Amino acid sequence: MNELPQQLVNGLLLGSMYGLVAIGYTMVYGIVQLINFAHGEIFMTGGFGALTVWLWLPDGTSMWIALPLMLIGAIIVAVTVAIGAERFAYRPLRGAPRLAPLITAIGLSLALQQAVWAWYPEAKSPRVFPELPGGRIELGSVTIQSGDIFLIAAAPLCMFILGFFVMKTRTGRGMQATAQDPDTAKLMGVNTDRIIVIAFALGAVFAAVGAVAYGFKYGEVRPTMGFVLGLKAFTAAVLGGIGNIYGAMIGGLVLGVAEALSTAYIADIPGMSQLGGQSWADVWAFVLLIVVLLVRPQGLLGERVADRA
Amino acid sequence: MPGKGLIVRQRSLIAITAALAAGALTLTACGSRDEGGSGGSDNGGGTTVVIGVDAPLTGDLTALGLGIKNSVDLAVKTANKDKYVDGVTFEIQALDDQGQPSSGQQNATKLVADEKVLGVVGPLNSSVAESMQKVFDDAKLVEVSPANTNPALTQGPNWQTKKERVYDSYFRTATTDAIQGPFAAQYVYNDAKKKKVFVVDDKKTYGAGLASTFTAEFKELGGEVVGTEHVNPDTKDFSAVVTKIKNSDADVVYYGGEYPVAGPLSKQIKKAGKDIPLVGGDGIYSADFIKLAGTEGTGDLATSVGAPVEDLPSAKEFVANYEAEGYKEAYEAYGGYSYDSAWAIIEAVKKVVEDNDGKLPDDARAKVTEAMQNVSFDGVTGKVSFDEFGDATNKQLTVYSVEGGQWKPVKSGTYTG
Repeated sequence: MNELPQQLVNGLLLGSMYGLVAIGYTMVYGIVQLINFAHGEIFMTGGFGALTVWLWLPDGTSMWIALPLMLIGAIIVAVTVAIGAERFAYRPLRGAPRLAPLITAIGLSLALQQAVWAWYPEAKSPRVFPELPGGRIELGSVTIQSGDIFLIAAAPLCMFILGFFVMKTRTGRGMQATAQDPDTAKLMGVNTDRIIVIAFALGAVFAAVGAVAYGFKYGEVRPTMGFVLGLKAFTAAVLGGIGNIYGAMIGGLVLGVAEALSTAYIADIPGMSQLGGQSWADVWAFVLLIVVLLVRPQGLLGERVADRA
Repeated sequence: MPGKGLIVRQRSLIAITAALAAGALTLTACGSRDEGGSGGSDNGGGTTVVIGVDAPLTGDLTALGLGIKNSVDLAVKTANKDKYVDGVTFEIQALDDQGQPSSGQQNATKLVADEKVLGVVGPLNSSVAESMQKVFDDAKLVEVSPANTNPALTQGPNWQTKKERVYDSYFRTATTDAIQGPFAAQYVYNDAKKKKVFVVDDKKTYGAGLASTFTAEFKELGGEVVGTEHVNPDTKDFSAVVTKIKNSDADVVYYGGEYPVAGPLSKQIKKAGKDIPLVGGDGIYSADFIKLAGTEGTGDLATSVGAPVEDLPSAKEFVANYEAEGYKEAYEAYGGYSYDSAWAIIEAVKKVVEDNDGKLPDDARAKVTEAMQNVSFDGVTGKVSFDEFGDATNKQLTVYSVEGGQWKPVKSGTYTG
């Protein structure tokens, strides 16, 4: 059986999840030039927010009711954490050397991880996430799990809404202006503090949607789930061109597909059997990143901006 | 323009960091000196002997780690209650290694520095043990692992051809992969009648070791290995691997590794429409495996060392006492072995104290290590004693299967080769 279509689907699904999380990295970077390494943990708190709502709901609640409530729960928790982080960890450091907020972000990431681990009930062992009803769907040689359906629907929809928001609304145009030149935007009457908070909040919303998708797809949430995924999403954001929201999604998809295909096929190349398989997928993903950055240092969709590092 | 300010700020930052670091170091140094000072001294009722515990108390393998810690705690409490060693009160000091070799080594150094520590139970992971063995051996501090299964830890790196003991201070109550892997292969081939296996491991010392001993025996029996794959234990997306398994004609998957990967892997294989059992070693024999695999885990198999703890008459008391103490976490796969490991240390200390007119000798650590070699008692898991390599003489194994959301023993036996 030809497994290429299935591996492509595997990669696209994984990539959509990277993309949803990568948007948070790219938006915050685009506006305040901060790599928010705590974003992976904001993603994680979203997952626990959704789980909490599910545990509150009475047993046997229909998914049609539970799903929107879980999404709202995830978004509320993630956005609260993100805004809190911005207000108390990053804003006091605005204007400080770049390294200070970066280290703060890493510290915050560890703190959030440990806090959930220590205080969320029974988070010391993985918490089981509810499953979406329905079995698997077979389309020719491709199988799609019920748990993936949410991701398939949510990722493009989120992208569409974000694109519309950034291009068409007043706040969205304010964001673009702040990204281009914060000082001039401020002179033109854009409330840049507000815009920055909105960027953090929007990033958190997408991370929360991603976290709910993660829960459905893998059936569990755990305090460490944001760490590796956050790193991958950051890679995706860089690959796509950091600062560009479409780049984040494209970067995510490319990274996901690269991982799936390298797992599936590298080992079959003569002489490469030792370098294939899933444990080498990350290596190949980063090789791809390096190659792309050699050819296009600004990333796939990034624009070369002279006065930005 | 920001140049100067930046540099000044950075300099003062470095100064502050340096000052803080120096302060922290001084404080810790004071702390450990205080601890060391009172070591081995009589405080009121008698001598205090500390049994160290090293296990993952945080992170993915917490469930197993806490089971180990609680079981050692139970052994210590029992010994103190019964005044098993005259004039000696036991205490435990549990350190967290997070399953990381580097943390394990730090913990080993810390335990060695505390003179009151006369024996250590742990670690869980073979890879962590590798980093700790030398530290303990240099200090002649005895280490008894309830869970390490890699043969090289006792029988040397060339254990397949030439067995050679590496460290005299290392013992274990668990059976090795050299027995566990083949035992699983025989069950899968002869009893479960599966002939085509897809082997997956996590490339850690434990997982890769188990997978290779399983593969060797399975091929020897006439089975076919239709594919191999190595996964990265940090990720949860195994879809690409699952697709490969699905498109192979395997009728069983063998996984060398632990439950945080095995559970989701089993679930994803079945959800993809490949209804074949996953078989693993003692690392997946945990209630958390069933939680993670969900209903899809039904029919999966695990081998674990020893006979089922619940079925042994010797273990009834352990189970009852464990419940009576009201520990929040289950004793898990290694509880009985941890209890026996701690008890072996207690027995060795008893011997040393009795040989020295009821007092601890000055070279207590070396004496305890020496005494450990000849320890023999009836423990939770059966007769506990060690062979010339420090391995448990008890070589019993059991196959368990997931049924109705629980691990049920299917077959117990002794692997004879």
